[in-house]
Formats: sequence, structure tokens, C-alpha cells
Amino acid sequence: MTTLVLADHDGTSLSDQTAKVVAAVAKIGFDVHVLVAGSHVGAIASQAAELSGVSKVLVADTPALENNLAEPLTALIVSLRDDYKTFAAAATSVGKSVMPRVAALMDASQISEIIDVVSADTFKRPIYAGNAIQTVQSTDAKIVITVRTASFSPASLGATAAVEDVSTAGLSSDLSTFISDAISENERPELTSAKIIVSGGRGLGSAEKFREVILPVADKLAAAVGASRAAVDSGYAPNDWQVGQTGKVVAPDLYIACGISGAIQHLAGMKDSKIIVAINNDEEAPIFQIADYGLVSDLFVALPELEKEL
Amino acid sequence: MKILVTVKRVIDFNVKVRVAADGSGIDLSNVKMSMNPFDEISIEEALRLKEAGTATEVVVVSVGPAKAEETLRTALAMGADRAILVETDDVVEPLAVAKIVKGVVEQEGPQLIIVGKQAIDDDCNQTGQMLSALLGWSQGTFASKVEIDSERATVTREVDGGLQTIALKLPAVITTDLRLNEPRYASLPNIMKAKKKPLERKSPADFDVDTKARIKVLNTEEPEGRKSGVKVASVAELVEKLKNEAGVL
Ligand SMILES: Cc1cc2nc3c(=O)[nH]c(=O)nc-3n(C[C@H](O)[C@H](O)[C@H](O)COP(=O)(O)OP(=O)(O)OC[C@H]3O[C@@H](n4cnc5c(N)ncnc54)[C@H](O)[C@@H]3O)c2cc1C
Ligand SMILES: Nc1ncnc2c1ncn2[C@@H]1O[C@H](COP(=O)(O)O)[C@@H](O)[C@H]1O
Repeated sequence: MTTLVLADHDGTSLSDQTAKVVAAVAKIGFDVHVLVAGSHVGAIASQAAELSGVSKVLVADTPALENNLAEPLTALIVSLRDDYKTFAAAATSVGKSVMPRVAALMDASQISEIIDVVSADTFKRPIYAGNAIQTVQSTDAKIVITVRTASFSPASLGATAAVEDVSTAGLSSDLSTFISDAISENERPELTSAKIIVSGGRGLGSAEKFREVILPVADKLAAAVGASRAAVDSGYAPNDWQVGQTGKVVAPDLYIACGISGAIQHLAGMKDSKIIVAINNDEEAPIFQIADYGLVSDLFVALPELEKEL
Repeated sequence: MKILVTVKRVIDFNVKVRVAADGSGIDLSNVKMSMNPFDEISIEEALRLKEAGTATEVVVVSVGPAKAEETLRTALAMGADRAILVETDDVVEPLAVAKIVKGVVEQEGPQLIIVGKQAIDDDCNQTGQMLSALLGWSQGTFASKVEIDSERATVTREVDGGLQTIALKLPAVITTDLRLNEPRYASLPNIMKAKKKPLERKSPADFDVDTKARIKVLNTEEPEGRKSGVKVASVAELVEKLKNEAGVL
């Protein structure tokens, strides 16, 4: 039997989330094929073919698949249904938009955001903002999963899988059309793959202060920058920096939470980080309960000092 | 244009969740239940479209136990016109919810369905997408801005890299993200009035939907806790510990 992995990419390069999904589904024990869908995606397909454990890369190259629109992408995956038992994607904004559609059209219940593979049909996944972990078994003919990539290490490189074109006949995108992207210009590492994250909350007080005190520390550490929902809602940071139950889930080696109280919805997105540092002027802040190192201090004093010490 | 909004009764987002000792699930006895926060955002958006003259009627639907009537009454108190309760005591998976709501759509004929992006209990993030696929409609997930004209909805979406704007052919399914709006509170007079607004009761069988679980829950457990850490007295001590004890710098 075979698993089909939907590759995650931005139209230019393969996201390293795909390597993590490949590593996750390798534990199922089936052959692994990767589907690269988009327009002019030959180079991305070559990157996918290098992932260890991948035996074949399918390429669907057509303008209708540009911009990762959910409807044509779903139709493409469903057209391949007979060849596969299991369908997997990273729980990214694309994976979350497409895979439930795929599942519904195959009359399967999707298993979202798996954090472990127990067997070919049994997985572990968090519920209630990570306050409980369920072990669940699919009873459906087709199994559709999304993978929480923070829980898996990426597959290594070194393979040379066959690359094959698949038919894109009849795929159209007349239901929804792309208008524009406002993708943040970001020189920093991706939140979901960064080794170090410096994260700011409502305690920062303004967008200017956020930039003034968080970014220099992040620069020194070559870190990604995260934010709480309160910081994003208040306009201190862009939406794609939100970490948490309904934002991004991260597990870096070091997470530095500054002016963040530690609501369960925030913890849901970062409590699997290896080392957590909390800087907060309220010694009762719940974030200290999960921090390896807590510093009770005004962040406007502590962060500039930290930048100098590094 | 008629708008259908889905609402789910879930544990209140402020409640500390307890895992049942026997591994069977979450202990929900005597805990505060509320409307899923994303569904409040959905209702708010529908009401604003009605206030702007774009929508004519806002119908809310919930699949759940008899007590979900409370949640629907909250929606009516916010300003929705009518409610439909599809009553069942089963834990209904998103696929079955989508099938039931599809049945409601066939009866009601809305042009727009607004669904929360994610229920904060199961954290599935599936129902809206499944409903859209089963209906063969267009889909705009994770909306932070919605504009409607006669033929299409323009939706700005919160995606991993920032924002994406797409146009959806109507009818469409939209799922709501946190930044779409700030939901209103129901006023006391409106809470009173909501008691008299129409609420229709149905069952999954009325829509020929089998709610039997497709996913077997084998076990529910607490996540591994973190061992408690230490307080450091200064930035210098912090840096020293990160370098020499934790080895992350
Ligand atoms: C449906 C739903 C989904 C949600 N999803 C998410 C999510 O994905 N991610 C998320 O983060 N939240 C999420 N939330 C929100 C969450 O419940 C909290 O409201 C939010 O995390 C609080 O952000 P905060 O810690 O920055 O702000 P606050 O709770 O206001 O905390 C600010 C902290 O800063 C400290 N502080 C203030 N000034 C200083 C100073 N000068 N120096 C040092 N410390 C200072 C204060 O002591 C306080 O602890 C969600 C909520 C809901 C209802
Ligand atoms: N039982 C239900 N009744 C009504 N709406 C629901 C139900 N379950 C899920 N939904 C809707 O689907 C959204 C996403 O839920 P989920 O796919 O479970 O994360 C919720 O915000 C609700 O709007």
C-alpha cells in the first residue's frame, strides 16, 4: 500500500514541512509518494525527489493549480484516489484548507494534526488546546491525515526518486480566483523551523516598542519572531507571527516569551519547546509555571540588556 | 440573500480541562459551556452584512444535545433571526456535521454559509471545508476580511506567510479567523426577546445522516508535564545558564 503526501511549497521552493511529513508517514510503513502541484514546479519536484523514503514524485503542472487554491487541488488529489490508501499533508494553511475537502469527497473522517503514528490506522493527536492527547483509530477505507510538523524531525536528503507527470485535464479554478498576496517580507528564519524564537505579547505596548526591543534580540540570535494573539490583535505584529492553539505550533530549542502571560491558548503553540525562557514583571504570571528559566523584570530593561550580553 | 451560520456548544475557553481518570475522555460534568468563540465571530459578520443591507435573514444551526438550545438562544440574542437545532447526544464528527448542515442548506437555500475556522474542543478545523466540498461550492478559509457583491465574495485570508485575497463565486462557504471582527454582546432586552424567536428542532435522521463515529477513540491522556524550572535573578545569570546549563546558546 502507498501513502500520498501533498507537498507544501510557495511556488518557488519546497517547504521543509514536507520533509517532516515524509518522516512522519514513513512510520506507517507504506511506500511514500509526494505530489507536487502548481505551475512551473519542476524545480520543487526535484527537491522532493531527494527526500529519503520517497519512492516517487508526481508532478501536476498547470496554471489552474497556481496559488494553491483549494478546489482544483482537491479535485487533483481525488482523481488519484484509487492508487492510495493514505493521504497526508502538513497542517499548514494549505493543508488545512485542502485535506478536509479531500476527506469529505472520499467519505472519510479526517484525523487532524497528528503528533505520533501508532500504526497504519492509529495516531495520536492533541485536543482542547493540547490539554489532552487522544489515541484514535480510523475505521474508514481511505485515511486522511494532517501532520503537526513541530512533532517530527525532517527526513534527510540523499534519495533519487522517480519523477512522473500526472494528468491535470479538466482541472479549473472557476469557483475561486486568486486576487493578491500580501506575504510578509521576512529575512528571518521561518517560525516553524527556527531553532530560536523570541516572542512578544501585550506587554510590549505598541508596534514601535515591539520593533525596538524584540527585533534586536532576535537579530543577535538569528531567531524567528513570534507573538501572542493579544499582540497581533493590537497590531504590534503581523498575523502570521501568532503562536498558539489557533496560530502556529512551534517547538524550537529555545523560546523566549516576553510580556506574555501564558494563557493556555498560547501555551498550546509553544509548550513543546526544548527550553522556555519567560521575561515578565508579574511574578505570578502563569507562563512561569512552564518556563525553565524565569526572569521577573521589566522587559524594557531586560531585553536591551540581553541584547548587549549576547 | 440568506446567510446560514453554524454554532457549536463547547467548553468555555477559560475553563481548565480535566482528563477523566479512566482514559475515556474529558470530564465535562459541571463545567461552564459557551458558544465556540469563532462562531461568535461568524454571527457578528452575518449581522453586519444584514445591517449593511446585503443579507436579508440570518439563520443559525447547531448539531448537538438539547442544551445546545442555550447556545442558539445566545445567537438569537445577538441578533440572528431563526435557529435550527439538530438534536443528538452523540459526539458528532465534522464529516457528519457537514452532511447534516448540507441537508439544512438544501432546505433553506442560503447563498452564504459562515462557519468557524476551528472548534476549540476537538481542534479539528474541518467542518467548513467538508461542507464546501460536499456542496461543490467555493471556499474561503481563515477570513480576516469579507466583502460581498451580487455575484462574488472577496475574502482576505490569514495564511502562513501573511495574507491572501481571493474572490469566491457565490454561493460560498467562508470560515472565520480571529481578526475578522469583534463580536457584540447580547443586551438584556435582546436576551429576553430571543426567548420568543423561532427555534426548529430536527434530528440527524431527518437528513438521512448516520452519526456513528468513524474514528475510534482508544485512549485520552494528559500530556506530559514540564518539570518546573527556576527563577534567575539577572540577565547575566540567564545568559550564563542558557550557555552552560541548557546549552542552547
Ligand atoms: C478562540 C481563542 C483562540 C485563541 N488563540 C490564541 C493563540 O493562538 N495564541 C495566543 O497567544 N493567544 C490566543 N488566544 C488568546 C489568549 O487567551 C490570551 O488572551 C492571549 O494569549 C494573551 O496574550 P498576552 O499574554 O500577550 O497578553 P496578556 O494576557 O495581557 O499578558 C500580558 C503580560 O505582559 C506582562 N507585562 C506587561 N508589561 C510588562 C513589562 N513592562 N515587562 C514585562 N512584562 C510585562 C504582564 O504581566 C502580563 O503577564 C485565543 C483566545 C481565544 C478565545
Ligand atoms: N456540532 C456542531 N454544530 C454546529 N456547528 C458545528 C458543529 N461542529 C462544528 N461546527 C462548526 O464547524 C466549525 C469548525 O469545527 P471543527 O471542524 O470541529 O474544528 C465550528 O466553529 C462550528 O461553526
